[in-house]
Amino acid sequence: MSDDHYPDDLRYHDQHDWARLEGDEHAVFGITWYAQDSLGEVVFYDPPEVGATIQKDSSYAEVESVKAVSDVIAPMSGEVVEVNDALADAPERINADPYGDGWLVKVRLTAPQEAEALLGADEYRKLLES
Amino acid sequence: MPFAGWEMPVQYEGILEEHSAVRTHVGMFDVSHMGEVEVEGPGALAFLQRVLSNDVAGLEIGGAQYSCLCQEDGGVLDDLFAYRLGGDRYLIVTNAANHEADLAWLGRWSREFDVIVRDVADRYAMLAVQGPHTRAVLGPALGIALPPRMRVAPVRIGDRPALACGTGYTGEDGVELLLDPEVAPPIWAELLDAGVVPCGLGARDTLRLEVCFPLHGHELSPERNPIEAGLGWCCAEATGFVGSEAVARARAEGTAERLAPFLIEGDGIPRDGNPVLSGEEAVGAVASGTFAPSLERGAGMAYVRADLAEPGTELEIDVRGKRRAARVASKPLYRKAS
Repeated sequence: MSDDHYPDDLRYHDQHDWARLEGDEHAVFGITWYAQDSLGEVVFYDPPEVGATIQKDSSYAEVESVKAVSDVIAPMSGEVVEVNDALADAPERINADPYGDGWLVKVRLTAPQEAEALLGADEYRKLLES
Repeated sequence: MPFAGWEMPVQYEGILEEHSAVRTHVGMFDVSHMGEVEVEGPGALAFLQRVLSNDVAGLEIGGAQYSCLCQEDGGVLDDLFAYRLGGDRYLIVTNAANHEADLAWLGRWSREFDVIVRDVADRYAMLAVQGPHTRAVLGPALGIALPPRMRVAPVRIGDRPALACGTGYTGEDGVELLLDPEVAPPIWAELLDAGVVPCGLGARDTLRLEVCFPLHGHELSPERNPIEAGLGWCCAEATGFVGSEAVARARAEGTAERLAPFLIEGDGIPRDGNPVLSGEEAVGAVASGTFAPSLERGAGMAYVRADLAEPGTELEIDVRGKRRAARVASKPLYRKAS
């Protein structure tokens, strides 16, 4: 597993999720380095269905390690347009590359302005230190 | 993670890696939290025959035997190994969380016998070295001869007297070392150098669950008797042990529920306490559930209505509101490829 890092081009939710905005209407979501590290080796990812509506601040998926299960909280609202199917056979990618191969869903945003309320990388780091 | 007053790591490098090390190579667990009780005196055998469920008369000098410690109603106070160290001298290894209660119970029953019951938990650290390469690595590293399975041998470790026991909690070959707490840290370091992989409580739990070894507080409790827990094999009611009448009745009449090992058929990881369903009917609850690394799927043990505990029975587990298909399997869930 890599060392802790929080890319500057992402927006962060205080429940340890990130959003990568793609254009004005889409975003990719995942969990942060801190979240995967706290959870330990991920052995199961239970994704939402394509087409599902997800609500900011609500759970849209589950990730499980050997010992624990965790809800994944949506950083923004929208409709799921793609899920990372590769995680079904290789959930450990969430640990190995939480911002890359370990992405969870791609969403068509219904309220793109929600991005403004999310944290920048520096703010998120401060949250972790507090 | 605090566990019965001890600070215990859930993992060192990762549960999956540690689990695999024990299945394929050799790992070690610091299980110094386990309690030790010495039982000595001319009445030792008669006393142990009274309090332990197994037939202690069958235990030779240098032998090891698994037993339940039962209440009068058959409820399981603890499950433990008894080692016969000499003619009238035995050592019992208790679960940390039950050690004090076990001592009080043993003390109470010992009054009727010519025996001394001693708490010697402070005298021993305990390292469980487990895995198919245990003997190849451990013997040379410590310069000692290791006892076969289910035997105990006095040895010297770190120039202090110690005990090597051919027992474990993983389903693999292995040895449990009871050693002087002062020499435990350097021995741990020496075994690390010899390539033994340090393992935490997480892997200990996945390893024991795959081979269906019960854990007190999950599969076993004072509210459950050994028969419903599938431990009738370690109960010799003819000895008249405390609880034997209740155990004999449970064996003859059957129990309302039985412990059933199960595998999840597809996705999902069962967790302790998840409800078990047969059709729309609630028929039990998961006692221990986890992701089983060697089986690469969810697995566990559940108490279910007795008629549903037969291998092959299809059940559903309610995992956080999602129904996951499960099938009752036979013990052990994991079998070594031979």
